[in-house]
Amino acid sequence: MRVNFTVNGRPQEADDVWEGESLLYVLRERMGLPGSKNACEQGECGSCTVRLDGVPVCSCLVAAGQAEGREVVTVEGLADYARHRAGAHPGTGCAAGSCGTSLDAAQRWQAGPTDARSADAAELSPIQQAFIDAGAVQCGFCTPGLLVAADELLETRPSPSDQDIREALSGNLCRCTGYEKILDAVRLAAARQEETVR
Amino acid sequence: MDFLRPASWEEALAAKAAHPTAVPIAGGTDVMVEINFDHRRPEYLLDLNRVGELSAWEVGQDTVRLGASVPYSAIMEHLRAELPGLALASHTVASPQIRNRGGVGGNLGTASPAGDAHPALLAAGAEVEAVSVRGTRMIPVDAFYTGVKRNALAEDELIRAVHVKKADGPQQFSKVGTRNAMVIAVCAFGLALHPETRTVRTGIGSAAPTPVRAKEAEEFLNAALDEGGFWENGKIITPSVAKQFAQLASGACNPIDDVRGTAAYRRHAVGIMARRTLGWTWEQYRGTRRPLEGAA
Repeated sequence: MRVNFTVNGRPQEADDVWEGESLLYVLRERMGLPGSKNACEQGECGSCTVRLDGVPVCSCLVAAGQAEGREVVTVEGLADYARHRAGAHPGTGCAAGSCGTSLDAAQRWQAGPTDARSADAAELSPIQQAFIDAGAVQCGFCTPGLLVAADELLETRPSPSDQDIREALSGNLCRCTGYEKILDAVRLAAARQEETVR
Repeated sequence: MDFLRPASWEEALAAKAAHPTAVPIAGGTDVMVEINFDHRRPEYLLDLNRVGELSAWEVGQDTVRLGASVPYSAIMEHLRAELPGLALASHTVASPQIRNRGGVGGNLGTASPAGDAHPALLAAGAEVEAVSVRGTRMIPVDAFYTGVKRNALAEDELIRAVHVKKADGPQQFSKVGTRNAMVIAVCAFGLALHPETRTVRTGIGSAAPTPVRAKEAEEFLNAALDEGGFWENGKIITPSVAKQFAQLASGACNPIDDVRGTAAYRRHAVGIMARRTLGWTWEQYRGTRRPLEGAA
């Protein structure tokens, strides 16, 4: 079957999708977006977390056909998503096709080492930058899911308590057990967000 | 495999009637696991995400009509006052990602004895609205669970909603597991005080082939509370009464040994949870009760 949906702000089409296939499989194997990770395939680990119409979900538990006509944001589009939340085009809206993350750009996306002076720095969302700055990435496998979950937390609760952070990330497992640094990163991103608001 | 995408409830019922083997999928948190692990290859998947009314709820005079697909996160956020027991149980479901997708209809459809919603539904009192092209019937939740992962639905029926009695008193939910999140219950217990009818109702999860009420424990407690005038005088429940209630709740279990826990542990833990949830709810009842006239 064919699935038409929006991925990272751009309309996409996936063909020859098997009816029992997960959204995660479509993203990784048919769209070529390996950012969302495939690990437990049963909703335990959160490494496949994406936004589905804005809501964080395990993409391994969404049937591909259920994504028809809906909007998906993956870690590859997180920076653009965060920019628009911060008002990339205040008052004007976006011209069609000019925003979002193209499939090509998303496929080539990688988190290379950046420094604040290079143009690349702008390609990271605040939460991604905070993960790097706080040393919250070890093997990196759980990172995309944590980024998507943490980004949504900071969107809905700009000043989360430690309890809020733990709760919001309770569905994401890190087997390097680097949780303390991950909590630090979320606190850091929240603090920076507060500063820019002031 | 065919993927059926009804755009309306009527279409969904027609599709289920035409294809009784079709497996309904809403949040997918049970169905997709089975498909991902090759445990199940249904002929048809019946996607219910497009049927908007399944994600809506209506608060009525005495009950909440909770659409089958209302996610647990919405129950926690919007129905805490009306359905406190179910809201507490919802909070213990897996993780935020799962609570954003899964709903009570799925818990009922899967009918696993470990489903977190069941003890809360049993304790509050609820009816399942089962619908087919033939019509609608209301199944009391007590009669809905017929075996391990079996329920009273006919093969052409879909769950439209569950009608849960609005709380008329304090409710509690307790669950045993290895951590706070992502836990399938080792066992669970729900308890609701119903001051209007002077009754207490319970629900036991994951300690019998199906979710069950501890009926003997309820009857004993109802009689003891009545006899001692507890509902009126608001006194602390006598420890011996609480102990007997706990023992009877424990006796209502019919558990097995499995990877999550032993039968003996489950019996023991259910007794403890029964005593605790009774204590918590009763304290709350004492606190919120109208002061007695002339009481010192």
